[in-house]
Amino acid sequence: MSKSIVRALKCRECDQEYPIEPTHVCEFCFGPLEVVYDYDKLKGKFTRELIESRPQTMWRYKELLPIDGEPTVGVQNGFTPLVRARNLEKVLGVSELYIKNDSVCYPTLSFKDRVVSVALSKAVEFGFKTVACASTGNLAGSVAANAAAAGLDSYVFIPHDLEQGKVLGAGIFGTKIIGIKGKYDDVNRLCSEVAGKYGWAFVNVNVRPFYAEGSKSLGYEMMEQLGWKAPKHVVVPMASGSLCTKVAKSIKEFIKLGLIEDNGTAVYGAQATGCSPIAKSVKDGTDLITPVIADTIAKSLAIGNPADGFYANRVIHESGGWAEDISDQEVVDAMKLLAESEGIFAETAGGVTLGCAMKMIESGKLPRDESIVLCITGNGLKTQEAVADEIEKPRIIEASLKEFDVLAEADKAKLAA
Amino acid sequence: MKLRVYLIFNQSTVTEPIIWKLAREFDVVTNIRTAEVKDQMGLVGLEIEGDEAVVEASVAWLGEQGVHVEPIEQGIIEG
Ligand SMILES: Cc1ncc(COP(=O)(O)O)c(C=O)c1O
Ligand SMILES: [Zn+2]
Repeated sequence: MSKSIVRALKCRECDQEYPIEPTHVCEFCFGPLEVVYDYDKLKGKFTRELIESRPQTMWRYKELLPIDGEPTVGVQNGFTPLVRARNLEKVLGVSELYIKNDSVCYPTLSFKDRVVSVALSKAVEFGFKTVACASTGNLAGSVAANAAAAGLDSYVFIPHDLEQGKVLGAGIFGTKIIGIKGKYDDVNRLCSEVAGKYGWAFVNVNVRPFYAEGSKSLGYEMMEQLGWKAPKHVVVPMASGSLCTKVAKSIKEFIKLGLIEDNGTAVYGAQATGCSPIAKSVKDGTDLITPVIADTIAKSLAIGNPADGFYANRVIHESGGWAEDISDQEVVDAMKLLAESEGIFAETAGGVTLGCAMKMIESGKLPRDESIVLCITGNGLKTQEAVADEIEKPRIIEASLKEFDVLAEADKAKLAA
Repeated sequence: MKLRVYLIFNQSTVTEPIIWKLAREFDVVTNIRTAEVKDQMGLVGLEIEGDEAVVEASVAWLGEQGVHVEPIEQGIIEG
């Protein structure tokens, strides 16, 4: 591989540049730092043919991910299916609908495996031996699993009252798992103090600029899988708002590098009403994000004070997209619809994405006759509580053909009716 | 110690001279690094420097005044 094209870390507010180090805020204005690249160095070298010749993982786009050498953590991650959702097209009355299915992302079934793969590969380059994160579930599991595979020591911090499935989904990997008592703000404060004091790679604190870049790979794959084309519309679930901004960045980069034509893609954000500070700001026509106390079953999206909210708002606005939010019941209904129509069991965040898309199709914000991609980012097996009471219970019978015949007859009659 | 925080002011606190009061109540050096003030809310990036106990007391006092204090890292917890 040719030399890395990463140029620097750059403040998103005042444009001050910093060397590539494990740091994330601007010393001058406290603005967040972002990785910037010298794209010119790739001119003519980073081609569709080169990318297609590589293994089907997120690392086939490694020139656009901020590590120096070859990846060392999560080498197999990414390259999830892009599914043409023909059954859902009929239900929703749209002509071209796709699902980018990160509910089957390797190895922990959410798009977090992308960001963690980049964060931990970078942490290894920086020489860290211990990695950490604060998470409500998906991130904790991904850090724990990828760290285990890479032989890194890990700490994951979770709220003490997290669902059993998510505690188990991190603990099984032998991570040091810490449950924290207190409100969201307390947990936040403690973790920022821990990150400052211990010399660890905290994936969503001091290595966040690198971590966040990993989300771009979802966008790259989407465009390659569409036949080297960006969709007209893409719908993204939002918590901190990072994924939303990085999908937009991925499209801009591919255009700049001549890998695709500009299709005027509009980016849409999806949230649950019980935690919708970004969607609210978009709908209110302001760029001020007012923090909220989150209250929704979509726990993976429950960030009341989103760090990238302002930037997600801007991306949505500038691209000509929109944002929407839906109730918890609508989240559950959309999870069921996705499962029954396309055979995809997504977590609550997936319900949020589909449900918000449906609402925007109804309201005319999403046109029915242009291509739409829904980003489904996590797996339903991790949020079973949300739908446990909604599914049909098995009908229990004796091991007798007669008894089964009665059921089959009844089903036939029901179908005929 | 030097603490770096965001102060979030709401409609009722945004017009109060709270940072001036803070420096009078406590023996700390305050340094505003960024600020955005509208009529409904305000956001101020502030460095507070002083003895650890005094800095901590000053942060607690800010909370009592109805100012929301956030680490500059903001949302640390992720899905
Ligand atoms: C399943 C899932 N989807 C989407 C998100 C949103 O990510 P972001 O914080 O980048 O907006 C998260 C995590 O926060 C998540 O766990
Ligand atoms: Zn700056």
